[in-house]
Amino acid sequence: MSAELSRAAALEGMSGAVRKPRSTWDRMRHNRNLMLGLTLFAALVLVALLGPVIGPYDPLALDFTNALQSPSREHLFGTDNLGRDIFSRVIHGARIDLRVGIISVISPFIIGLVLGAVSGFYGGWWDTIVMRLVDVVQAFPFLVLVIAIVAVRGPGLQNMYIAVALVAWVVYARLVRGEVLVEKNKEYVQAARAMGGSDWRIMRHHLLPNVITTSVVYAMADIALYILLAAALSFLGLGAKPPAPEWGVMITEGRQYITTAWWLSALPGLAIVLTGIILSLIGDGLADFLRPERR
Amino acid sequence: MSRGQYILRRLVQMIPVLIGVTIIIFALIRAIPGDPAVAMLGDRATNDAIERMRESMGLNEPLYVQYWYFVRDLAQLDLGTSTRYDVPVSEILFARLKVSLSVVLYTTVLTILISVPLGILAALKKDSIFDNIVRSALMVTLVMPSFWMGIMFIILFSVKLGVFPVSGYGQGFFGHLRHLFLPSLTVSLTIAPILIRALRNSILEVLDMDYVKTARAKGLTERTVMTIHVLRNALIPAVTLLGISIGGLMGGTVITEKVFSLPGAGALLIDSITARDYAMLQGATLIFASMVILVNLATDILYSFLDPRVRF
Repeated sequence: MSAELSRAAALEGMSGAVRKPRSTWDRMRHNRNLMLGLTLFAALVLVALLGPVIGPYDPLALDFTNALQSPSREHLFGTDNLGRDIFSRVIHGARIDLRVGIISVISPFIIGLVLGAVSGFYGGWWDTIVMRLVDVVQAFPFLVLVIAIVAVRGPGLQNMYIAVALVAWVVYARLVRGEVLVEKNKEYVQAARAMGGSDWRIMRHHLLPNVITTSVVYAMADIALYILLAAALSFLGLGAKPPAPEWGVMITEGRQYITTAWWLSALPGLAIVLTGIILSLIGDGLADFLRPERR
Repeated sequence: MSRGQYILRRLVQMIPVLIGVTIIIFALIRAIPGDPAVAMLGDRATNDAIERMRESMGLNEPLYVQYWYFVRDLAQLDLGTSTRYDVPVSEILFARLKVSLSVVLYTTVLTILISVPLGILAALKKDSIFDNIVRSALMVTLVMPSFWMGIMFIILFSVKLGVFPVSGYGQGFFGHLRHLFLPSLTVSLTIAPILIRALRNSILEVLDMDYVKTARAKGLTERTVMTIHVLRNALIPAVTLLGISIGGLMGGTVITEKVFSLPGAGALLIDSITARDYAMLQGATLIFASMVILVNLATDILYSFLDPRVRF
């Protein structure tokens, strides 16, 4: 209860802040985390897009004469057991991993948003069913349920997206439902209803803009989570398949050489960590930006 | 409502969740594309064998009958027969569970040992260099893939420094303690950041409360104020969070067991996938879900003891 109250208070502060005359850009500019995160993210996306141009070598080209070279001027991150240039592979991996992270977050976000909003708005038996379903899904460790679903559907990123959509929506549904419950009794919603607004219109034009922000912050952080998940599934042999230069695949392939060539596993892992930090910066920055009074 | 009634109500509330969990586990096998019997036996199986498999799995019955059989067997702790080992799933699973539970317990202890002092110090020295270092370090460990962290630990502590074994479960209590240290540390570092952050924030919040000011004003020593007034209140949300994190912790265990080649239930779950041992997969998934349900229940009950204000 108290959590809902404080969330209500936070939202009150937030909607007040949104109406402040100070320009959005101005507030954004002064948010160090957000600006740093966005700048680095733009750079990362650029690297991913320009991968084939920036990468000095073909990420799939084999060169057995140059296998297992330690990092050097020719091969910044060294080469792997098949002589492939790790730097080029890591850069190429950005394309795969960023895409996986972003694609993964979309379906659970939308499903959770819709189910949560309808649940909170209408309540009743529909709400009971959805919330019991949430309880059931949350009774499983997230990773275990995702693994189990991918296991029966077959390995691959496609099935990871399906598994994530089936499992991860609950987080968003709970968030959105909680906020809709608080918001739907506020005056502006009642005013909209008094003016004859339909349920659909009230939800779309009045409730959604006010409840979506927390979920967006969560979604930003979740992109990093799904990159970690994709890497973990690759490690378990359930995700991307070699020779794809997916970061998780690279870490896994390098595992056999940890005693002699640490860079095989270490450097792709650093790429994941770096991406994660950038996304957390954006997430933290967004959270501050959207509810300034919590600082 | 008394505490007894509260616990009873929580138990009753578990019933729909348990039913839902069994339905999902039951549905898993039916979600296999094509014929589950063929998937289990492989493509080279004879029609005769497939038909026998379908018969023994009850696949020829209507769905609700299949589900009824499934639940009836579950109630007798019969999780089916492993197609890989040809013995009851429960036999192997419960033996392997010991390792996983050790990791979970060890991780919980390590997590508390890491989080509580760091959370308290970071809050007390808010905005100091220490606080900033802790917070930056947390940001990094939070986004580290746990299996990568495990591999890095092996490179550093086992290969380069030779302090800890590369893999395995060890012999005897102290052997286990040594062998399970790196795996548990790995999992614990993925959860500790969330806990430290929560602890730091809740301590800062409590420090701002009027009753803390009162306690100070009436001349209590800083130590008494901290232990009696601040920590007791600030730890409550942390305990809840630790309870909630258990699910994540168990997921982490699955991966870590593979990284450090531990003979646990998580590794068994993963191995059963490649072996197409679907009964084992079902059993392991069910066990992990049951543990989460039990821990959540325990957290709620513990919460009612920790916080006398909790409304039943």
